[in-house]
Parts: sequence; structure tokens; C-alpha cells
Amino acid sequence: MKITDFFKKKSSSDIAKDRLKLVLVSDRASCSPELMQKIRSDIIEVLSKYAEIDMDGIDINITSLDAEDNGGKSAPALYANIPIKNMNHNSKL
Amino acid sequence: MGEVIVITSGKGGVGKTTSSANIGTGLAKLNKKVVLIDTDIGLRNLDVVLGLENRIVYNLVDVIEGNCKIKQALIRDKRYENLFLLPAAQTKDKTSVTPEQMKKLTDELKQDYDYIILDCPAGIEQGFKNAIAGADRALVVTTPEVSAVRDADRIIGLLEANEIKKTHLIVNRLRPEMVKRGDMMSADDVIDILAIELIGQVPDDESIVVATNNGEPLVGDNSLAGQAYMNICRRITGEQVPFLDLEAKKGLFSWFKKK
Repeated sequence: MKITDFFKKKSSSDIAKDRLKLVLVSDRASCSPELMQKIRSDIIEVLSKYAEIDMDGIDINITSLDAEDNGGKSAPALYANIPIKNMNHNSKL
Repeated sequence: MGEVIVITSGKGGVGKTTSSANIGTGLAKLNKKVVLIDTDIGLRNLDVVLGLENRIVYNLVDVIEGNCKIKQALIRDKRYENLFLLPAAQTKDKTSVTPEQMKKLTDELKQDYDYIILDCPAGIEQGFKNAIAGADRALVVTTPEVSAVRDADRIIGLLEANEIKKTHLIVNRLRPEMVKRGDMMSADDVIDILAIELIGQVPDDESIVVATNNGEPLVGDNSLAGQAYMNICRRITGEQVPFLDLEAKKGLFSWFKKK
């Protein structure tokens, strides 16, 4: 890599690779947007029993597990970031 | 016992038919007995790429339906006497043939020929299922573009699901100067994403267009694409052949041109 490359923007082949990696993760997991939406609403439903969730901050997606963290093999993983406003301590357990 | 090889891609227009013609011809050049089968029923093309379009009497559907014997439908190539083409039917559709019938046909041809090369239609429907039914191995053709690589990934998944275990990748239409300046994925980038073994990288070469115009596959000639296809054929036969340095060769050629 040349020094000048540090100042250049990402090459289009790198952009292509990044986009492909992302799209293939969801292709391979054969996870349709409809299915994703269903998973999402089910997770929210379950969690809502125990806590008040910040609906605007929810981020649930299929990503890939880094090869380093998974013994050299990348695998699809469900990534969920769900901010909680309040724990609902009165929930019936 | 011969080997049945399906050449497939998912996406159309990436060079399946050109690759089939060149690989079939190249294997014949290596003194193998080869049958090329055009499985793209309704959209036949392999005959024109090979320059055999005027010799067609019977076709694949005729053989399947029993209108003729296999030997009657096989067209002997004009240059290589151990190369044969079984053309697709032009006026039928993909449902005229079933995967079981295709498997029976390729199993039969395997007895008499070293290689049976199947040129697969684009898509993942019936035509694809027919083409892979009897295949022992697959060559997946892609170009270094996001759409073609994505489709190749899908095809690789389907080949695995159909228990075709020997699958290799051909990256076609590489432009070394674009790869060098970072505007095209390299063959390494593509195999990194698809995680299958590479069997050939073919440069985007004007000679391919000329060869197709003439109906004479260029495999084995002096062009870079011709050498790349010949190397693929030798690798298919089990030979270890180093990959062409597309960039270096280009440099050499331009050096000659300048002189």
C-alpha cells in the first residue's frame, strides 16, 4: 500500500467487497425481510414482559460473526441492541 | 469411466457458453474424447459459438424422446475428431426434459467418453436442475461484479445441497489494469468471498469476441484468454499448472508492441 492510499477514499472494489459480504450473510442465512420483522416483533413482545423498551433505539439484524471469534470460520449471527428504559419489576414471573 | 462436468453461473451473460466451448475444445486438444451438451433448451447457442450451427439434424430432446439414437444426434466438430456436440432443441422448452432423463443420458455417455461438458442455462429453475442432475463436478463461472458473485454464491449453495462436492470457480473477464487501480475485484477477492477453490482466471480479451464471430474457440492459441482456458483444461485433467500472471503478460505484450 502506498502512503498516498491513506488519504484516498475507499476504492470501488473494496466497496464492492463490503457490500457483497453483507448481502451474502443475509442470503446465506436465507432470512427474508418478512422473517426478520417477525423475529423482531417476537423479541420485543417477550422482552416487553420484563422491561420497558426504547422502541426508537432498537437495532436487530443478521450479521456475520468474525472469523477470529469463531475459530477461523465466519458464521451468521443475530445481532440485537435493545435499549431498556425501565426494568419492569412488577412483572408476573 | 468419464467425468460429467456442469458449467454454471446463476447469472446470465458471464461466459458460460464461451467457457463450455473453450473447455470442451481444449480437452479435445489434449486428446480426450469429449461431448459438449447444450442444455439451454429454447435458447441454444453453443452450436454457433463452435461454428456447428449448419450441421444440426437431431437435438437433445430428440434423444430424450427416442426419436433418434444418441450417436445420430452427436455432431462431430470440424477441427477435432474426438469432440462432439449434442445441441439443444430450439423450439421446445425446459420442461421437455426431466433431471432423471438427463442423468440417464450422461450416465450412458460416461461409458464411451472421457468428459461430458454440460452448458447450463442461466437461472436456478428446471433447466439448472436438469443440467446438474448427472454431474460429478461443477465449474462455476463468475465475473468480478457484485451481481454475478452474489448469484454464484447462491449456485454454490444449491450445488452443495444437491451433493455435488467437487466445485471450482472460474473468474472471467478480469481487467488487470482496473484491478490494479482498485476499481475491480481481483480473483483473490472473489474466492475470499465465495470460499471455493479457483480453477482459472480469464482476462477480458477482445480475441474472445473475434473467436466467437468466427465460430472457432480460441483455447490454446497465443492470446491471454486462449492460454487461460488451456490451463483450466490441464487443471481439469489433474495437472498442476501455475496461474497466469495477467499483469506481467500484458506488460510483455505491450513491450513487443512498442518495438
